Amino acid sequence: MSIESSGAHSRGSASVALLLALVLVVLVAATVYIFAAHLYPAPRPISQEAVLVDHQYDRTLYATGAAFILAQLGLAFAILRFRDRGQRARFTHGNVALEILWTAITLLVFVGLGILGRRAWADVRFAPAASGAIQIEATTNQFVYNFRYSGPDGEFGRLDPSLVNAPAGNPVGIDPNDPAGRDDIVVPELTVPVNQPVELLLRSQDVIHNFFVRELRLQQDAVPGMVIPLHFTADRIGTYEIVCTQLCGLGHYKMHSLLHVVSESDYESFLKREAAAQ
Amino acid sequence: MSSPRKSFAAILFSTDHKVIGLQYFFLALAAVTIGVILSLLMRFHLVWPAAHLPFVSGGIMTPEQYLALVTMHGTIMVFFVLTTAPQSAFGNYFLPLQIGAPDMAFPRLNMLSFWLTLAAFLVMLSAFFVPAGAPISGWTAYPPLSGINDVTGPGEGLGQTLWLAGILIFCIASLLGSINFIATIIDLRAPGMTLMRMPLTVWAWFVTAILSLLAFSVLFAGGILLALDRIAGTSFFLPAGLVVSGELQTGGGGSPLLWQHLFWFFGHPEVYIAILPGMGVVSHILANFSRKPVFGYRAMAFALCTIGFLGFTLWGHHMFVSGMSPYSSLAFSFLTLSIGVPSAVKTFNWLGTLWGGKIQFHTPMLFAIGFVSLFVTGGLSGIFLAQPAIDTELHATYYVVAHFHIVMGVAAIFGVFAATYYWFPKMFGRKMSESLGKLHFWLTFVGAYCIFMPMHFVGIEGGVRRYADSTGAAYLAALQPLHRFMTISAFITAAAQLIFFSNFFASLKSGEPASANPWNATTLEWAADSSETGVGSSGPRVYRGPYEYSVPGAEQDFLPQYIAPDGALATEERHAR
Repeated sequence: MSIESSGAHSRGSASVALLLALVLVVLVAATVYIFAAHLYPAPRPISQEAVLVDHQYDRTLYATGAAFILAQLGLAFAILRFRDRGQRARFTHGNVALEILWTAITLLVFVGLGILGRRAWADVRFAPAASGAIQIEATTNQFVYNFRYSGPDGEFGRLDPSLVNAPAGNPVGIDPNDPAGRDDIVVPELTVPVNQPVELLLRSQDVIHNFFVRELRLQQDAVPGMVIPLHFTADRIGTYEIVCTQLCGLGHYKMHSLLHVVSESDYESFLKREAAAQ
Repeated sequence: MSSPRKSFAAILFSTDHKVIGLQYFFLALAAVTIGVILSLLMRFHLVWPAAHLPFVSGGIMTPEQYLALVTMHGTIMVFFVLTTAPQSAFGNYFLPLQIGAPDMAFPRLNMLSFWLTLAAFLVMLSAFFVPAGAPISGWTAYPPLSGINDVTGPGEGLGQTLWLAGILIFCIASLLGSINFIATIIDLRAPGMTLMRMPLTVWAWFVTAILSLLAFSVLFAGGILLALDRIAGTSFFLPAGLVVSGELQTGGGGSPLLWQHLFWFFGHPEVYIAILPGMGVVSHILANFSRKPVFGYRAMAFALCTIGFLGFTLWGHHMFVSGMSPYSSLAFSFLTLSIGVPSAVKTFNWLGTLWGGKIQFHTPMLFAIGFVSLFVTGGLSGIFLAQPAIDTELHATYYVVAHFHIVMGVAAIFGVFAATYYWFPKMFGRKMSESLGKLHFWLTFVGAYCIFMPMHFVGIEGGVRRYADSTGAAYLAALQPLHRFMTISAFITAAAQLIFFSNFFASLKSGEPASANPWNATTLEWAADSSETGVGSSGPRVYRGPYEYSVPGAEQDFLPQYIAPDGALATEERHAR
C-alpha cells in the first residue's frame, strides 16, 4: 500500500484535533481556576506544624501545577500542529542531549521538593515532644476514642487488657490495684490548652484505627501492640472534629470525637471538674 | 477466529496462546463489568443513602454491605482486571507474535495459569454468597481486622477466608504466568530480534513479568501467614492483649505492621504491573499513528526497567501514617519522588514521538493520547502524596482515591481500550466501528475527568474514603454537592461503556473486514500467518528496529521489521547466526 492510498482515509481530522485540544485546554483552565479562586480550600490550620505543611503543599502545587499546564497544553499543541495534513513525519530516533536535560530537570525539581519538605517533616517528627508537654493517652477501639489524663499525681496508672470493661466504666482497662491509676481521668473527647505543647500517646485495643484532625493536618494510625507518640501545639481556641481514617469495621464511618482547644483557665477547670467526676 | 470449527472443549482447553489470551480478555471483561456495577452501587449510596438498590439484599445498603463492596470492587479491579487484561490477555496473545515465537514457552503451564485465575475469580466471587457476606477489610485486608474471625465484623468470617483463598490461588496463577513470559522472551525470540529491537510492548511485558514473579511470591507468603493466623491460631500479625468486642484474645507476639510491609512490598509493584503494559501499548500506538519512530527508544526501555527496579524500593510511602519510623518515611519519600523521574522521561518521550509527526486520529490513537493526559494528571498528584508531611494531611482521603484511580485505574484502562481497538483487526479479522469508537472515547475521556478531578477537592477538604455515609462528621455534609456531581458523571461514563460493548460484539460479526496490516504498522504481529516473511515454517526473521516509520528514501512510510533489505539478506542471516 502506498502512502497516498493509506492517507486517503486516515488523514488527521482537523475537527477531532480541535476538539481534543479544546478538551485539554478546558481541563487546564477549570483546574487552574478552581485552585486559583480557592473554591475548595483546606480548613484554616491551627498549629505552626500545620502551617509548615501548608507551605510545602503550596510549593508542591506550584511545581506540579506548572508541569501539569505545560504537559497538557504541550499535548494539545502537538495534536493540533502535527495532525496529518499530508506532510511527511520527521524521521528521528531521539536526542540524547534532550534526554539528559529533562532527566536532570525533573530530578532537580522532584528531589528539590523533597529537600524543601524536610522542615515540615524531619524538623517536626524527628524531634521528641517539647519537655513539659502535656501527655495524654488516646486509646481507640471499635468505634470510639478514649482520652486519658494522668490526673493530679501526674502519673498514668498501669493498664491490663483483661480488665477492659466499658459497660462497667473502665474502657481502657486501668488496674485498680495501682495507686497511680486511681486519679486518672478518662473522657471520650480531647481537651487541650491553647499554645501548649501536647504529646498524644496513641494506642488501640482491637484493630487499627486512626486519629485525624484536618485543621492540624495530622493523621496517625493507632496500632494494637504499639504506643505511638504524636505531638502538636494548637494555637487557636475552638472545637474541631476528630475522625478515624483507617478502615476499622462496619462503624468506621461514624467513629468520631471532638478536639476542644481551650484557654489555660478553662483547661484547669476542665481537669478539676473531671477529676471530681471520676 | 479464522480457523474452521473447533469443538467447544478444544477451545476451552486450548494451549494456544491466542486462545488463552482471549480467555483472559473475556474473563477481564466479565470482571470489569462486575467491578463497575459495584462502584455504581457505592456511588449511588453515597449520594442517596436511603434509596432502594438492586443486587443489595434488604434493598437499603447497610454499612457492612458498603464496605463489602469497597473490598470486592478494589480486589476485582486490581487483580482480575488491571493485572489480567493488560498483561495476561494482550501479553499472551501478542507477545509470541511480536517476537516471532511459535507459542509461549510452556503452553500447558499457560493453560493452567488461566484455569487457576478463573478458579481464583470464582472463589473470590463466592464470598458474596456466604451468609455474612463478603469481607469488609478492604483490598488491603489489614490485620487485626482481617486476621481473627467474624468477631471483628460481619464478613470477617468465611467471607474473608474465601477472599484470602482467592488471592492465594491468583498468586500461584500469576507466578506460573510470569515464569512463562520471562522464559518466552529470553528463549524464543526470532533470529534478529535482539533485545534492542523488541517492541516496547514486549519490554513492558518483560519488566512486568519480573515484577509479578517477585511481588506475587511475597504476597503469597504474606497470605499464607494471614491464613495461618485465621485458621491455625498463629499470631504473625496479632499482638498480645487484643480486646475485640469486649473479648480478650489469646495468642500474641505478632505485628500488624509486618502485614503492611509484606502487602505493600507486593502492592506497590502491583501498581506498575497494572500500568507498565499500558505504557508499552501507548508507545507502540503513538509511533504507529504519528508515523514516526518512538522518540528515545533506548531511554524508554531504560525507563521501564528503572521504574520496575525503583518500584520495589518505595512501598513504605503507603505507610507514612502507620506508626513506622519517621526516618524510614523520609527515605521512602525520596525514593518515591525519584520514580517520578523515569515516569517524566516517558512522558517527555511520548510528546517527543508526537512532535514532528503526521498524527492520524484513529480510535486507538485517541485512547493512547488520553492515556498520556491521564498519566500526567495522576502522576503529578503523586508528588504530593510522596511527601510524608503532605501525606499526613491527604492520606486516606478521597485525594488518594482520585490519584490512584486516574493513574493506575483509568489510565491503565485507557491502555486496554487502545490495545483493544488497535489489535481487534488482528484478533478477529475485522475492524471496530470508528465512529462508535470515537464517541466512546469522548464520553469516557471527559467522563473520567468529571468523576475523578472533583474527587481531589473532596480529599483536600478532609473527606475520608471508605465511609459508608457522610453523617459521621459534621464537615462532610458540605462535600455532598461534589459527591453528587461525581456520581452523576460516573453513571453517564458507565453508560458510555455500553457503546463499547455493542461496538465490540457487533464488530465481531459484521465489522468492516480488515487487511492483514490495516494500520500500516512495522512490527511482527502484523506479519504472522502471512506469506510476507517469505520464510515459511522456519518463522519470521527480523532485520531492523521496531518503529521504522517515515524512513527517508523508503518507498512507503513504514519499514516492517520482517522485510529483508534488498540484497542484504545474506549478510543479515550470517549476522544472526
